Amino acid sequence: MSTSGADALLRVEGLRTWFPIRAGVLQHTIGHVRAVDGVDLAVARGRTLALVGESGCGKTTVGRSILRLVEPSAGRVCFEGVDLLTLPQAALRPYRRAIQIVFQDPLGSLDPRMRVRDVVAEGLDAFAIGANERERTERVEELMRRVRLDAVQMTRYPHELSGGQRQRVCIARALALEPKLLICDEAVSALDVSIQAQILNLLRDLQAELGLSYLFITHDLGVVRYLADRVAVMYLGQIVEEGATEELFAHPHHPYTQALLSAVPSVDPGRRGGAERLRGDVPSPANPPAGCRFHTRCPVAFERCRSEAPALYPIKEGTSRCFLSDPAAKPLSEPAGA
Amino acid sequence: MSTRVPQASPKDLGAVLEVRGLVTSFPGPGGRLTVVDDVDLTLSRGETLALVGESGCGKSLTALSILRLVPKPGRIDRGSLCLEGRDLRTLPVTALRQVRGREISMIFQEPMTSLNPVVSVGKQVVEAIQLHDRLPSAEARRRTLSLFEQVGIPDAASRVDAYPHQLSGGMKQRVMIAMALAVRPSVLIADEPTTALDVTIQGQILDLLRTLRDQLGTAILLITHDLGIVNELADRVAVMYAGRLVEVGTRMEILAAPRHPYTQGLLRSMPARARRGERLAEIAGVVPPPGAWPRGCRFAPRCTRAFDPCTRIDPGPIQLSAHHTAWCHAVAEEESAPPVRRGRA
Repeated sequence: MSTSGADALLRVEGLRTWFPIRAGVLQHTIGHVRAVDGVDLAVARGRTLALVGESGCGKTTVGRSILRLVEPSAGRVCFEGVDLLTLPQAALRPYRRAIQIVFQDPLGSLDPRMRVRDVVAEGLDAFAIGANERERTERVEELMRRVRLDAVQMTRYPHELSGGQRQRVCIARALALEPKLLICDEAVSALDVSIQAQILNLLRDLQAELGLSYLFITHDLGVVRYLADRVAVMYLGQIVEEGATEELFAHPHHPYTQALLSAVPSVDPGRRGGAERLRGDVPSPANPPAGCRFHTRCPVAFERCRSEAPALYPIKEGTSRCFLSDPAAKPLSEPAGA
Repeated sequence: MSTRVPQASPKDLGAVLEVRGLVTSFPGPGGRLTVVDDVDLTLSRGETLALVGESGCGKSLTALSILRLVPKPGRIDRGSLCLEGRDLRTLPVTALRQVRGREISMIFQEPMTSLNPVVSVGKQVVEAIQLHDRLPSAEARRRTLSLFEQVGIPDAASRVDAYPHQLSGGMKQRVMIAMALAVRPSVLIADEPTTALDVTIQGQILDLLRTLRDQLGTAILLITHDLGIVNELADRVAVMYAGRLVEVGTRMEILAAPRHPYTQGLLRSMPARARRGERLAEIAGVVPPPGAWPRGCRFAPRCTRAFDPCTRIDPGPIQLSAHHTAWCHAVAEEESAPPVRRGRA
């Protein structure tokens, strides 16, 4: 990956989060859902990495694993060089401040009985920021301005706000702790397009003003193309392609990336139809196919794909987990979970 | 009833559904709140009309009104709903039930809610077939199997006996479409049919809808907020804002040369249309809820081109071409036509 070395704020290596499947009276583990199965990614300082994929591919679990909201089974999550997975819970606290998350459904992530003012100030209290009530109020007012919310909204309850305003409140709450990395998990997916544009512009402005890094988890490729510097495409728990946004959209290498991009209906009225369709459904992550995980739906799969798991091979400005990109030289990394 | 089903290239064979002056309301704190206000729609045989707009604009309630399925205490106050010459609004309930599911089918965003959870999906399709043709069960089951294969349900023979919860979202939506195919409706109302589905599955479902339309001549009223899907499937597009139509035209007219400032704003605010690094065009403010609709043009408070008449006079339709109409004073001025007041109050 080109975002290597010292400029990476977050570096995830070989991340594996498996959930046990239990059955029977004694709740024996009879298998695992391999939600995240050997994921590598890097978010550069002040940049945006988009993690894209369809439902069930594991992208949300990656976000939660980084914050240890779910405990990963293996791998490394290095934030500014410190592996968060090796830290005891108490030592995690400063990182829980430096990494914030914004979810898709703002109403579900806001306490309905708390006024906007208190929602935004909650983190300040938790981390004992602001010496007194006046300082706290000033800080909240400043945050409200930052997310372009009117000060009159401070005394409102979440249900009194529109969807866009609520998402601004969630962003203000996240910013209150002066994070370095913001994980946005489908943060604009539930918003109407005119409101989505307002929030995307806000996120862009905040990045420019505060030097924030974003891990943008989404299924919306239009948003990705517009916002991200780099894109990681996920399929069945693994990254199948990673690269610079423009290059990846212009020349997708992995057949899954190609299918994903071609499946998005174009809004250009001069272009319509002609998309190659993938057949079938996504296999279960409890029982991923042998060999390349995509071979059951891949239009160009050949014999090797059914028996051997591809590694990540270098491509222009990125990597691709497909034998078609195998330079027949040494791959970058060994296949994970093979 | 198969006489209703035309064969190839069915476009422009005349109107199958005509909605005129539809007004639907709900009781509110200060009197009735109108949620669909004076909507006219025409759907021709084999045509796909997309009804687009943001949440709360009244597009789904327009669809439910057509089927007379407006949830209580909502009601249709005015208008006519003509399906091949009969007004569904005045049809007795028993006759209406015959229409629903036989002549008009509907598929929703979340197929789980429209399937019976305790009956196998195969049985549900068999019932739909038998509602339409009095076939013996074995024959109906055979047709169900072939329908499942037609809509691309893999391993159809074993899926026939599956219950809805055992199928993925895409599979359930296929079952719904199989059911629609089974009754060969003249009109299919599809309310956000692919919104809950992944993009690779969405493409498969759009292909199926296209097949349904082209092979059976079914007219499709497609309700969506996704202009990409509109571009994929629609022949014509009707744009709604705050309970009203603001612009109607062909796909090309609306997506390539929209005239209403709201339609223009919607298209400009799409990230897929923006250049990287460029600010997205925003539509300032938020969609007003029913009951808070302003006087005059409802979009005026958010409109960059609003001028004197917009806040006073409700704009009437400006005819721009054979299919293209916009309800806007600024468009009227561009066309150097006098401002037109909306006909009905």
